[in-house]
Amino acid sequence: MRTIAVLIRKEFTQIRRNRIMIPAMIVAPLIQMIILVYAANMNMRDIDFAILDEDGSSSSVNLISKYSSSPFFSLAGSVNSLDDAEKLLRGDKADLVIHIPANFEKNILNQDRPAVQFLVNGINSAAAVLTASYAQNILLDYNKQLLASFSKPSVSQGFGTIQIDYSHWYNPDLDFKIFMVPGILVILVTLVGWLLMSLNVVREKELGTIEQINVTPVKKYQFLLGKLIPFWILAIVELGIGLTLGRLLFHVPILGSLGVLIGFTAVYLITVLGFGLFIAAISETQQQVMFVNFFFVMVFILMSGIFTPVESMPDWAHYVNLINPLSYFMRVIRMILLKGSGFADVWKDFLSMGIFGILMISLAVTSYRKRA
Amino acid sequence: METETIIEVKDLVKQFGRFVANDHLNFSVKTGEIFGFLGANGAGKTTAIRILCGLSAPTSGSVFVAGIDASRYPEQVKKSIGYMCQRFSLYEDLTVFENIRLYGGVYGMSLKEIRIKSDELLKRLGIDDLRDRLIGSVPLGWRQKLAFSVAIFHQPKIVFLDEPTGGVDPITRRQFWDLIYEAGRAGITVFVTTHYMDEAEYCDRVCILSEGKIQAMGNPVELKKSFGVKSMDEVFVKVARNV
Repeated sequence: MRTIAVLIRKEFTQIRRNRIMIPAMIVAPLIQMIILVYAANMNMRDIDFAILDEDGSSSSVNLISKYSSSPFFSLAGSVNSLDDAEKLLRGDKADLVIHIPANFEKNILNQDRPAVQFLVNGINSAAAVLTASYAQNILLDYNKQLLASFSKPSVSQGFGTIQIDYSHWYNPDLDFKIFMVPGILVILVTLVGWLLMSLNVVREKELGTIEQINVTPVKKYQFLLGKLIPFWILAIVELGIGLTLGRLLFHVPILGSLGVLIGFTAVYLITVLGFGLFIAAISETQQQVMFVNFFFVMVFILMSGIFTPVESMPDWAHYVNLINPLSYFMRVIRMILLKGSGFADVWKDFLSMGIFGILMISLAVTSYRKRA
Repeated sequence: METETIIEVKDLVKQFGRFVANDHLNFSVKTGEIFGFLGANGAGKTTAIRILCGLSAPTSGSVFVAGIDASRYPEQVKKSIGYMCQRFSLYEDLTVFENIRLYGGVYGMSLKEIRIKSDELLKRLGIDDLRDRLIGSVPLGWRQKLAFSVAIFHQPKIVFLDEPTGGVDPITRRQFWDLIYEAGRAGITVFVTTHYMDEAEYCDRVCILSEGKIQAMGNPVELKKSFGVKSMDEVFVKVARNV
């Protein structure tokens, strides 16, 4: 125990003396949060749309004004032909073209299936789906008005349409920021622990100081815990810093117990730090360790569900995520912060992370060589 | 006690792929001796010293250090040895005292003992004022002396020095050897590798290594006599020519 304490003390002295480390731990979350949370906003605003109105009737003008008065749409221009419409799409001037064919009004009056065509830029499929559904909502609204004005009162009122009432639980305003902040926290905590620690270990290999430790009776597990524990503490502190910033800047709710969150973070970190130690144990240079870490970090982050829901990933991705510690943390931190889930809701994740943690530490201890 | 064997190496072979770095080495070192391992770069000195310290496993042969089989129980060996290698290895971002405290602590010394002994040490070296300086800002000569002092701080039975005076000026080298003698007088066996032949003169016994094999071994005075030359430098040249 005392040996580990001696090693931890040494590590903290070095971290304190590192001029970049401490400021980076405060500045990094600040910048990441501000940039990523604001920039990675998936809510659609100001969708540029163009109008191809071949009808030119009061009905078509009425419909167009519904779009141009919506805060979600902004008119990029009117065109006279499908060719011109395509030009706008290709030139990225518009993401949506609303094509109102001739006889639009006539068909309405004759109740003869009037139609409108949407041409949507589908490059970003998620954005395209949102664009189409926003556009459709406005059209449905317009439809309702038509029904009200044309149909007999009995029809429009009696049968009516089925009204859908949405109630968005846990994020009532569908605020994307509240969804993103926990995701950023996951990345921050992971990077501070995992990357900094494995770089630190390999740096000792490069400097040769590790050899001086290897020739002492320090046991492998003592050396590794002496590396792991300081960064484990740093990463938990980073969670605190990030959470405070998230609360101050974005009013992110903390509905669940902080104790459960910190507890889960602690267990989660043992897994990723253990994995980081393993990679450091098999790497010789900082270059190698960065490259290998970068690969895993990228894959783990992208698959963790930070931007895209895990549920919509294919089956094989679900299996990969079974061994992706970030996807556990991503889910649990959102559950605890946003839904107020308690230990009873996440105990299985605790168990999985605990088992992973033990496996990773054992892997690191067995792959670390005191003797070449 | 003085004639007790503390290092016993028999038929030590170390191969890296097809390259034989140590080719059937046989030698022994007695307690309290200053034993020099001489050879040009690539002669296999570092390979052998790393095996003795338990940093590397031998391909075959037996290696006993302080009565322990180093090839089977390297961790046991590490309790009774100190080590300083050619690549400077104190932490540059820690102060002199913090380095001493780290290694003292790692060998299980109490903080109080470390304080007392490090004050003593720094006073004896005449560098009390460097106590709280970062190693990185301490001149190279002093760093080497400190690295040596740290390597014997826990009073090991044997200290292994792998080219300890590399890149140091002659005066500092001389001072360094004073420290080695001091350690020898305190009963620590010194196993040192070097390619400076003048340093070989300071050893009780030397062993000249070339191409992984031991070419000559003995007391420097006797070696010079048997080769009929005046300096170890000439001995080394003669040995090298015979190879």
